[in-house]
Amino acid sequence: MTDTAPTRTLVIEREMPHPPEKIWRALTESSLIQEWLMPNDLQPVVGHRFQFRSTPVPNWNGIIDAQVMAVEPHARLAYSWGTLGLETVVTFTLTPTLGGTHVRMEQSGFRSEDTPEYKGATYGWRNFIGKLEKVVGGLN
Amino acid sequence: MVLDVKPANANFVFRALADPTRRAIFEELTRQGEQTVHALTRYAGVSQPAVSKHLTVLKRAKLVRHRRQGRETHYRAQPDALAPMVDWLNLYGAFWRDRFDRLENLLERMDK
Repeated sequence: MTDTAPTRTLVIEREMPHPPEKIWRALTESSLIQEWLMPNDLQPVVGHRFQFRSTPVPNWNGIIDAQVMAVEPHARLAYSWGTLGLETVVTFTLTPTLGGTHVRMEQSGFRSEDTPEYKGATYGWRNFIGKLEKVVGGLN
Repeated sequence: MVLDVKPANANFVFRALADPTRRAIFEELTRQGEQTVHALTRYAGVSQPAVSKHLTVLKRAKLVRHRRQGRETHYRAQPDALAPMVDWLNLYGAFWRDRFDRLENLLERMDK
């Protein structure tokens, strides 16, 4: 039992025809991460604080504050992911398969919209709108 | 995730906030709390009929609520109506799927 607000989890899984060692590099080398995710200063060291910096938009500076939480080479990488008042944890898990690697991304800690914090919050709405614009812009 | 909002309402919300003046009016209401049409007109820097028109659009999207007191109409923000836009799971779901595509693309280009 915990007394924390209920949260939700997002899971994306994909089988990739590449060895875990290679995928690990793409997950942990800053310049490679930038190519598929975002500019960043990640170092795969537990406790390391870093940022993802995406293009700023009105009402959102484009910054995601993060901290490395778990590093198990070729197997598991976890970091916190905080932006726009939303604090989540992103965890990658790599499992070798016959033809490559099963890649699992879990983002956990999404608050239920039923929580009082959500209902009562008004201060962050401008940021949400900025975020919306960014997402819609990204959809073309 | 199930949201207690019909898609038609979401369309109204998106349309209502696509206009910069309406967005500014809505933001002002979230910052300042309840405001009269007069105060909002001063803030927005456009004519009162224009402000009233914008408020009607915001009202249809359920982003604002009004009450009359004497000759003044007071408006307040209803941020709950933004729920269709803060569906984080869907937003991040689309985000990560797109990034996974890019990751696979990168892996193809990387040396073995």
